[in-house]
Amino acid sequence: MQVDGRDNSRYKTFTRRAIMLGSAQAGAFALLAGRMYYLQIMKTDEYRMLAEENRINVRLLAPLRGRIVDRYGTVLASNRQNYRAVLIAEQTPDIQETLDKLSRIVSITPYDRKKIMRDIARSPRFMPVTVSEDLTWEQFAQVNINEPDLPGVQPDVGETRHYPFAGELAHVVGYVGPVADKDMAGEDGDNPLLKLPGFRIGKSGIEKTYDAPLRGTAGASHVEVNAYGRVIRELSKDPGKPGSEIVLTLDMDIQKFACERLKDESASAVVMDIHNGDIISFVSTPGFDPNDFNMGLSQDQWNALVNNPYKPLTNKAIAGLYPPGSTFKTVTAIAALEAGIDPNRTVTCTGKYAFGDHYFHCWKKDGHGSVGMHDGIKHSCDIYFYDTARRIGIDAIEKVARQFGLGETYNLEIPGEKAGVVPSRDWKRAVTGVSWQQGETLITGIGQGYLLTTPLQLAVLASRIANGGYAVKPRLTRAIGGDLLPVPEAPKMDINPEWIKIVQSGMNGVSNEAGGTAFRSRIPDVGFELAGKTGSAQVRRITMAERDSGVRKNETLEWRLRDHALFICFAPVAEPKYAMSLVIEHGGSGSGAAAPAARDIMLEVEKRNLARPQAYVPGSRGTEEG
Amino acid sequence: MFDLRRFTGHEMKISDKLMEFNWGFLLLLGVISSIGFAMLYSVADGSFSPWAMKQIVRFGIGSAIMIGVALIDLRVWMRVAYPLYAVALVLVAAVDIVGFKGMGAQRWLNLGIIQIQPSEIMKITILLALARYFHGLALDEVSRLRNLIVPALLIVVPVGLVVKQPDLGTAILLTVAGGVIFFAAGLAWRYFIIAGLAVLGAIPVIWERLHDYQRNRVFTFLDPERDPLGAGYHILQSKIALGSGGLFGKGFMAGTQAHLNFLPEKQTDFIFTMLGEELGFVGGIVLLSLYFAALMFSLNVAIQCRNQFGRLLALGVSVTLFFYVFINTAMVMGLLPVVGVPLPLVSYGGTAMLSLMFAFGLLMSCYIHRNLEIGRGGSNFW
Repeated sequence: MQVDGRDNSRYKTFTRRAIMLGSAQAGAFALLAGRMYYLQIMKTDEYRMLAEENRINVRLLAPLRGRIVDRYGTVLASNRQNYRAVLIAEQTPDIQETLDKLSRIVSITPYDRKKIMRDIARSPRFMPVTVSEDLTWEQFAQVNINEPDLPGVQPDVGETRHYPFAGELAHVVGYVGPVADKDMAGEDGDNPLLKLPGFRIGKSGIEKTYDAPLRGTAGASHVEVNAYGRVIRELSKDPGKPGSEIVLTLDMDIQKFACERLKDESASAVVMDIHNGDIISFVSTPGFDPNDFNMGLSQDQWNALVNNPYKPLTNKAIAGLYPPGSTFKTVTAIAALEAGIDPNRTVTCTGKYAFGDHYFHCWKKDGHGSVGMHDGIKHSCDIYFYDTARRIGIDAIEKVARQFGLGETYNLEIPGEKAGVVPSRDWKRAVTGVSWQQGETLITGIGQGYLLTTPLQLAVLASRIANGGYAVKPRLTRAIGGDLLPVPEAPKMDINPEWIKIVQSGMNGVSNEAGGTAFRSRIPDVGFELAGKTGSAQVRRITMAERDSGVRKNETLEWRLRDHALFICFAPVAEPKYAMSLVIEHGGSGSGAAAPAARDIMLEVEKRNLARPQAYVPGSRGTEEG
Repeated sequence: MFDLRRFTGHEMKISDKLMEFNWGFLLLLGVISSIGFAMLYSVADGSFSPWAMKQIVRFGIGSAIMIGVALIDLRVWMRVAYPLYAVALVLVAAVDIVGFKGMGAQRWLNLGIIQIQPSEIMKITILLALARYFHGLALDEVSRLRNLIVPALLIVVPVGLVVKQPDLGTAILLTVAGGVIFFAAGLAWRYFIIAGLAVLGAIPVIWERLHDYQRNRVFTFLDPERDPLGAGYHILQSKIALGSGGLFGKGFMAGTQAHLNFLPEKQTDFIFTMLGEELGFVGGIVLLSLYFAALMFSLNVAIQCRNQFGRLLALGVSVTLFFYVFINTAMVMGLLPVVGVPLPLVSYGGTAMLSLMFAFGLLMSCYIHRNLEIGRGGSNFW
């Protein structure tokens, strides 16, 4: 036998050690199984989540911005298709050459080119990069036709904000613009929507105030991506919620008419419903084109806007501060009646009024003779109101001015409202450190001096006179997202309605009685008559020397030295419904410039009100255009 | 019943050997390989090209090789053990001189028609040479120091050459498999204790000599989150793929990690991860069980064998299979650093498949000739 004892012993050793090795292997396999149990059973939820995070990419979808419409449903701001050309880098053999070819169709400046190359460098090569935006239909068609010659270039349609009425509404609707760093700083700063390329947010006007409801809720597209970020397929898509529609109180037809009527002036006008405060028209001329802001303004365009003496960027209806001039005599009259002055008391106007060692002048050099309250308003006699103001004092005037809404802001839906000044003893001491002079009471009585008002405030004043003493507040929004907003309360003011009637009658005299300062600008159509009050706010000091040689006519003065022309009115006289204020900067006189314009606009308001009484029911046309 | 004598001598006919061939074991290998085919079909998004079909063909060739190797008399293998080892050593050395680089390492030798990886051949021939050497030593001779010089050199020389390529995985595999042959041959425990201490002492020296990418693999293994997008990416993504597979997996061809390319090298080293992702814990355990069955079979062959050469050779093949499976799966599970070791029969790769089937052929030869008794001085078979 070859198998001897020694071989037997090494066989035993071998078997023993082989079994030891086998056991060790079994142990190792148990370790592997345990590890698999740990990873695949115990930790599976965690790893499944990580795998999903790997695989699924969430892409935000910008919601369609809500429309802004007027009270009759006319679209004031909507989304327009924006024709673009995009470039996918990986599909282009030579990017520069492709851009050269494309630049024969659309203009690509060296600056654009630099930006495009930067965008391409920053994003994965399969991501489309915008090359050119806002193509005309012809350009877009050419890009389409030439696609084979432009490898990697694809025509694409996006959405941009569009304002069909441009300058006529810029101050109300405002505009949207690219997200700036400061927009990211606010509480909204974490919103991933803001980081979406090309996303626009409201920068001014209604667009800014109602940015949140207009913006809507972002949708999301869940896509499966591979390890390199390339989209394999779309898993699910939540289109998000389009922004809410905002229905304004404006009537676009009136707005257009008013803008047209005032287009050559630096002017503003506010037309209000005297009962619910709806602003029917809200004009500040000249305007500007908000569409330019959306796409980004050039330096020249910006300079032209800023340096224009007519200040197109200022919303004069809320931020223009003017002495109310004679329109304020309505306030002085009510204050006098409240103070117990008999409306039939007369003052003799000789053209000037001695006070202390000083003369106060009437606008009519030869005087009005004996004047009561009605005629005082009708002829806008300064002497009557100097005397009246002197008798009742500044405190009484200030109180009524505030009751009628001067010196106040109304939280209007657009930013930039100014409060103006209603002077008082305390105010003067605080601001100038000097105590109130009685002479200042006199000039306050005719709406000059420290008084500063906005056209919006004057419209509120006219409304509160017209509605017989209800503290109506202006508003610009009727409905948000299909829900009508409640009409703000207009509490009865603590003023005797009889006094208001006397002032209304005086204003009727202004417009409808021969000799009234606005008689020439009356509405002759029966049932449409308006009642108004003219005002000419002096912006320069008239010296004694000039008075002696004759006060210079406005027409002979430089534009910036001419008086502001103001007019407040309401209509129809018999049953008032609308009130209005109109200010033409340096327009000369209220009766000559402001009253005719106001008459034209008010007549249009009344006629259109009859022709089209049915207001737009929000939501009835959906939020999409079409 | 068989006449026992027929199996003790050299009078076994081919038909007897074919009868003795354990076809069940080949079937087991076929099942394991088929899991590989399925995974390769899945990697290609449901296509036999470019991987699955080639792999099937290779398994076919491999099976033929295995049968052919198994039918050759074990004494022949014993006789050619040293010459084969010498040829393999020359080839490994040749790689250092004329080999070309693939996958960042110099491992391949271009022989004009085919490219071969000599280190694969070395893995087999080192087993043959060591088994041949220890076959000739009685138990009390094994632990004599002078008798250990030759087998130590048999291991150290190729390991040194392989490390230079650099191919750390193969070097470790050669060392460990060789060490196991020493162990099974009955080397006294004290040597293993001394060797263990020597290895501990050598770690700083080895560390100094490691390439940066090898060091990074170790660092990354110790803390995969250190660099989740860089070197740690493979381990992290592999664990995510396995873990997200859960109990039953995401379904065949539905592994997101694999199909969306989050998983690296999924047709080769990380194929087990893909299996775990698509077929889950259950699929992974099934494959591991099949491997374990193959291991137990080969261990049993070793124990049953009545000649020391066959015992040691069978055990060597068994241990090699074990280390392949363990290192690969432990690596993809994050238990070991990333070492380029394929999963036997399942990973795509020609040389590995063919050399492994060759090794299984040797194992089967041991099985067929298990009752053959061979004297320590060798056989007079010729």
